[in-house]
This record gives sequence, structure tokens and C-alpha cells, in this order.
Amino acid sequence: MVADANVRMAELDQILERRDRDPGDLLQILREIQELRGYIDPATVTYLASQLGIPRARIEGVAGFYSFLHLQPHGEYRVLFSDNITDRMLGNQQLLEVMCHQLWLQPGKVSEDGLVSIDMTSCTGMCDQGPAMLVNGRAITRLTLQRVQEITHLIRNRTPMADWSADFFRVEDNVRRSGPILDNKLAPGEALRIGLNIGGTAIVEEVKKSGLRGRGGAGFPTGLKWEACRNASGTIKHVVCNADEGEPGTFKDRVLLTRQADMVFEGMTLCAQAIGAQHGYLYLRGEYRYLLEPLQEVLQRRRDSNLLGKSILGQAGFDFDIEIHLGAGAYICGEESALIESLEGERGIPRNRPPFPVTHGYMQQPTAVDNVETFCSAALAIQMGADAFRAIGTEKSSGSKLISVSGDCPRPGIYEYPFGVSVREVLQDCGAVNTRAVQVSGPSGICVAEHEFHRKLGFEDLPTAGAFMVFDDSRDMFEVARNFVQFFAHESCGFCTPCRVGTSMLKQTMNKIADGHGTQHDLREVEHLDHVLQTTSHCGLGRTACNPVLHTLRHFRPAYENRLKSLDFEPGFDLDGALERARQMTGRDDAGAHLNTEEA
Amino acid sequence: MTEKKKLRIATTSLAGCFGCHMSILDIDERLFPLLDLVEFDRSPLTDIKHCGPCDIGIVEGGICNAENVHVLREFRKNCKILISIGACAVTGGLPAQRNHLDLSSCLTEVYLTEPGLAHGHIPNDPELPLPLDKVHPNHEVVKIDYFIPGCPPSGDAIWKFLTDLIAGKTPELGHGLINYD
Repeated sequence: MVADANVRMAELDQILERRDRDPGDLLQILREIQELRGYIDPATVTYLASQLGIPRARIEGVAGFYSFLHLQPHGEYRVLFSDNITDRMLGNQQLLEVMCHQLWLQPGKVSEDGLVSIDMTSCTGMCDQGPAMLVNGRAITRLTLQRVQEITHLIRNRTPMADWSADFFRVEDNVRRSGPILDNKLAPGEALRIGLNIGGTAIVEEVKKSGLRGRGGAGFPTGLKWEACRNASGTIKHVVCNADEGEPGTFKDRVLLTRQADMVFEGMTLCAQAIGAQHGYLYLRGEYRYLLEPLQEVLQRRRDSNLLGKSILGQAGFDFDIEIHLGAGAYICGEESALIESLEGERGIPRNRPPFPVTHGYMQQPTAVDNVETFCSAALAIQMGADAFRAIGTEKSSGSKLISVSGDCPRPGIYEYPFGVSVREVLQDCGAVNTRAVQVSGPSGICVAEHEFHRKLGFEDLPTAGAFMVFDDSRDMFEVARNFVQFFAHESCGFCTPCRVGTSMLKQTMNKIADGHGTQHDLREVEHLDHVLQTTSHCGLGRTACNPVLHTLRHFRPAYENRLKSLDFEPGFDLDGALERARQMTGRDDAGAHLNTEEA
Repeated sequence: MTEKKKLRIATTSLAGCFGCHMSILDIDERLFPLLDLVEFDRSPLTDIKHCGPCDIGIVEGGICNAENVHVLREFRKNCKILISIGACAVTGGLPAQRNHLDLSSCLTEVYLTEPGLAHGHIPNDPELPLPLDKVHPNHEVVKIDYFIPGCPPSGDAIWKFLTDLIAGKTPELGHGLINYD
């Protein structure tokens, strides 16, 4: 036993060695242990505490925050079904039920022999090839009944995942329409050489002139951000690429990292030159774990070509390298300050802003955080020149935008358009018919109804991070909103009360309406809650959590009202049913042992 | 000159500890000016057993058994304005701690496993109200118009709230009257 324990700790030592026993790498250390062992046991927590010189509580706090880390055994095979509305529309719930039934398992529980657990997780970014799942963190796409049965069989036989058919893990790019970014044949170092010729200040000016705005959704002018970061005083500056693509219905970053990884890194390196940074981080969402090795190969190739490392392209003093950090299942880490907390190995809780990351980011140093697509666009702007870049798109939204199309259409996938394309054009291109609504930019975005399909994607009208979920007239928009509300309640980081409690109350009220107990009073309560969330939440998650309900209430109010009782008020649960347990225990069945649910 | 009609107030404590009622008494000598404006219907202060038509109903405590439901419904039916007062009424509070446990294991533990209570059987007299499987805040069972948070809310908060309400204003508890720890 002692020898066994020593072997177990030796495994940990290897991981700790690689990470220099740096508590700042706690999340990465925990993630690697989780991958090795399947969960993080108490003895490991104690050992880590002693080795990293931090309290156990901090380790458990971090491990407890991220949904892909487990402090209890979660089975040799951990199956998570992606639960975006698009997965639901493709029948993920039936597949989950079938799998649970075949393995004699309840969702969320571990089987008694410790073999397997099955549960739901937030959107895994495979909406164009769903329903999708993760098994031990590996993405599996295009699930069918047959595929689920095969997987069940493999799990029952304890087949190692390395021996599973590679077809399960095949992820399609599904590029349906390409443009200047996806068509780009940028040779590694091409934009960088231009950058080195013109110098850091000129890069910032060029990016400013190009009119490039952040592609993560908020649309902050990238040139201004880089300029502020360049001018900020700090000893070490950082470039962070936000590849925590968690917004349900968005998967464009996945495709960019698969097809145009060089362009992403080129953009990051240009940014490093522009702001004078030495360190870069790519924060990759845990769901895209399978991209880690290919991306590391690209980084190594760039190091070998002197596009990363010391004296890049022979320019003395231009030292910059990029490290990949993996997330572990927390949507909130897409918020830049939460992402930085997560990079520092903490719980992903958004910071107070100001100060903004451009002056006080990673390790309180000036940090430029930009989206994957933003870095690609920046490389493009330098490659083709600001004027040519500006000529694409519209006046206030220059360049092109990758749209992730999913839902009710025959051709889901990635579409690259110049900004200014209308919702209707996208719908026509993807072949959607009888469309009732489009959710633009994910649950936190905007629900667009038929009479608004002339609206244009761009910062002037419909800003978008890229998600474009199509719902045809067979879909119930109340159920769509309810799915999104459940998502936000699950992903609230729990730091501020309005969001932690508000998103859960919103979920309960939506469930109450869904169960047929809703009244006019509940609709008023929903509107009131929306107001509280919007005005008092700490960060954007809480402020936008009510959008799906507000928008669907505006456009599809009958979908709600059809479910309401005419009563002014009704309890959200079965009162008489709530006495059943006590009736059983006491053996009573007299009149006093019953309650009418609806007040007489 | 006709005397202005006094408002009628009813109060009750459901699954609470009477702490909020003690806090109502903490408005102290202001009870006298209050009694110039209001009269009490059903309340532990009057010992009236059933509530008649009232203007304001104040409910302490949440809903843990069938009798609580009947009383709360009686209040809702008779009171124009119904107020949940205190943490238990607003959220379920301390009694809702048992929501983590299964009701049958609670009853088994108290009446069957532990010695000395009820001679080894779970009381089943029809006089006794049956417990619900979970404790609920009042607004999950009837519509509640106002909430006064606190455990308990201070006498000052209650005084401010009632005087606002009686004056026909929307009650507002400003700084110092609601405390967050």
C-alpha cells in the first residue's frame, strides 16, 4: 500500500515538475490530474496543498468551481451530453434516456460499479453536427441511436478510448461560405514581416485605421485597446487570446483554430510587437481539449521557424512566446476578467472594472485580451493594409464576420460574410424555410422575429459574436427561452446575489409556467426579475441572462400566455402531493390529511 | 366631524419563532400612536381565532404543514394587502433547513430511532396538521404583496414600513433599516 501510494505521488510529481510547482498554475495542474485519475481525491488535495504551499480550501474552491473537475469519483467513463437548444432539437434527451436505460443509470449519478456516469453539460460548440457529447473530455459528434448503442457497448466492455473508432471523434469544419479570413493563404510570418518593417506604433495606427472592432461580441475598437496597452506602464505585458468559446450556438473559433491557427498566432504575435509583450496565452475552452496537441504542434513549428521565441525573425529584443491554458467547463471564463482570474489559477469570478485589463490584467500587468477571430482579422488588416480591410463590410463594421449557423436549416456550418449581411440573406444561403425566429449572438444576444429579417449583422444594427440559431415554425419559442434560462442558472458563477439567486428564480418561474401552473402574476414576476437582473448584476452574465425571456415575451407573448391559467395566482407545486409522504408515514387519509391545490 | 375609519390589521406566525412578533412589540411606545390609526383583528395580541375582512395582513414564518396553508389562505382571502415578514416568511428560513432531508427520515429519526418520544410511533391524531415534504416561503403558496426582510426586521423597520403603508405611500426601507452582513 505504501509503495502504491508512492507511485501515485510520483505521478503527481511529474505534473508538478512540469508546472514548476507554481500555485498560479493550479487550474492546469488540477486539470491534468483529473485527466490522469478521473477525479481529484482528498489525499491528492492534501499533497498538492503541501507541495504548492497553499491551503486545501483554495484547492477545493478552485476544483469545485469548474464543472469538469471532480472531487468525488465520477466513473471511469464520464459521459456528458451537450444540452444546447440545438442539441435538444436534434433529440439529445431521448438519446440520454436510452443510454441511461441501457446502463441502468440515473442522470447525474455514478453507476454502482463505478464504471460510468451520465449527465448534461452546456453547449459543447458542435451545434452544426449535433447532438454531441463529451466522454472523458473528448468530443463526440453526430450522435444517433445506433452510435449511442455502440458507445454504451464499448463502455460496458471497458474498451479503452484509444481503441474507439476514430469516426466518433471526427469534427467537421462545415465551411459553407468563405471570405478573406477562411480563404487566406497567409504564409507563416508574412504579416509579421510587414509588422517588423513598419514597427509597433505603426501597427497600432494601422489597426486603428482599419476600423477593426472586437469579434467577441462587445465590439471595442481593437486599435484603441492595443494603444492603451502599449501606453500603459508595466514591467511585463501580456497578450491573451480568448478561445473560451462558450456562448451556446457559437463554434467559429473552433474552425479558425483548426484551419487558420497560424493566422491566430500571427495576430497574437503582431499584438505582442505592437504593445511590447513577452508572454502570450491562448485560453482554450475545455470542450476543445482535442485541439491542444495540434495547436501545440503549430506553436512548435513557429518556434522552429523563429516566429516565436527569442529575437523573432532576427529582431533583437523581440522575444515572445505563447502558452496554451485549458479551461474546465465554465462559461463565465469567456468574460475577460474572469478569464484572467482563471489563467492565474483562481475561480473564474469577474473582477471589478475599472481598472480594465489593458492596465491591470494578468498578474496586474497590462494585458490585451482579444477574441480568436479578432487576432485573425488583425493579421488580415496588416497583411492587406488598413484601407483594403476597411473596404470590406460597412462603415462602422469593417471586415468580415464568421457566422456559426445551426438549428433548423439543411446546411448548418460556418459562413463568412462581409459585415452588413441581412438575416434574410443568411437564411437563404443556409436553406432555411418557414423560419419563425433567429437567435443572433447566442442566448445573451437578440431574438429576431420574422418581421425583422431585413436587419443587418453589424455593430450598427445587430451586433453578433457569431451564433446564428435558426428556429422554424414547428418550434416553441417558450421552450427555447426556457433552455437558455436554464443555461444561465447553471453558469452563474455565484459571486453576486442578483445573478446567483435571480437566474435560479427565473428558471423556477419558467419551469412553473412550463408545468402548467403559471398565472398572469408569474409573468409580472418574470418581468420584475428581468429588471432586477439587468440593473444590479455584477457582470454581463446576469445583465444579459434575461434577454431570451424579454425578447421572446416581446415577439412571442402568446407562447407564454397559452400556458397560463386565468387565475391570479397558483402555487408552483402540488400541495396535496406534498402531504403524501406524511400520509404514508402516519397512515392517515382523513379530510384533514388533504389539501386542494387550487384555492376553492 | 366623523372619526377617520381605523385600518384593520391581522397578524399571525406560521413556521416561525415569534421573533418577528417580538420585533413588532419593539416599536415600543409608538404602539400608542399606532393604535390611534389601526385596530387589530386576528393576532397573538388579541387572541382572536379567525380573521375577518382586514386591510393589512402580516405573516411571520413560512409554510411547513397543512394548517399553515389553511391559515395563510384565510389571510389572503380576508386581507387587501398581505405582507411576509422576516426571513422564514420570505425564504423559508431556518425551518427550511430540513428541506435537505427526506421527510420520512426526519420523522423516523425523531419518533422511532431516538428514545423517549411518542412511545415509538409517529403521531397520527387527526387533530394534528400533517407536515409538508418541504418547507416553502409564503409567496409560493399565495400571492404576497410586500416583503419585509430581516431575522428579525428591526422595530424601526417595521414602524417605517407600517407608517408608510398607512400614509398611502409605497413603503421603502432605506439605509440602516435593511442590513446585509
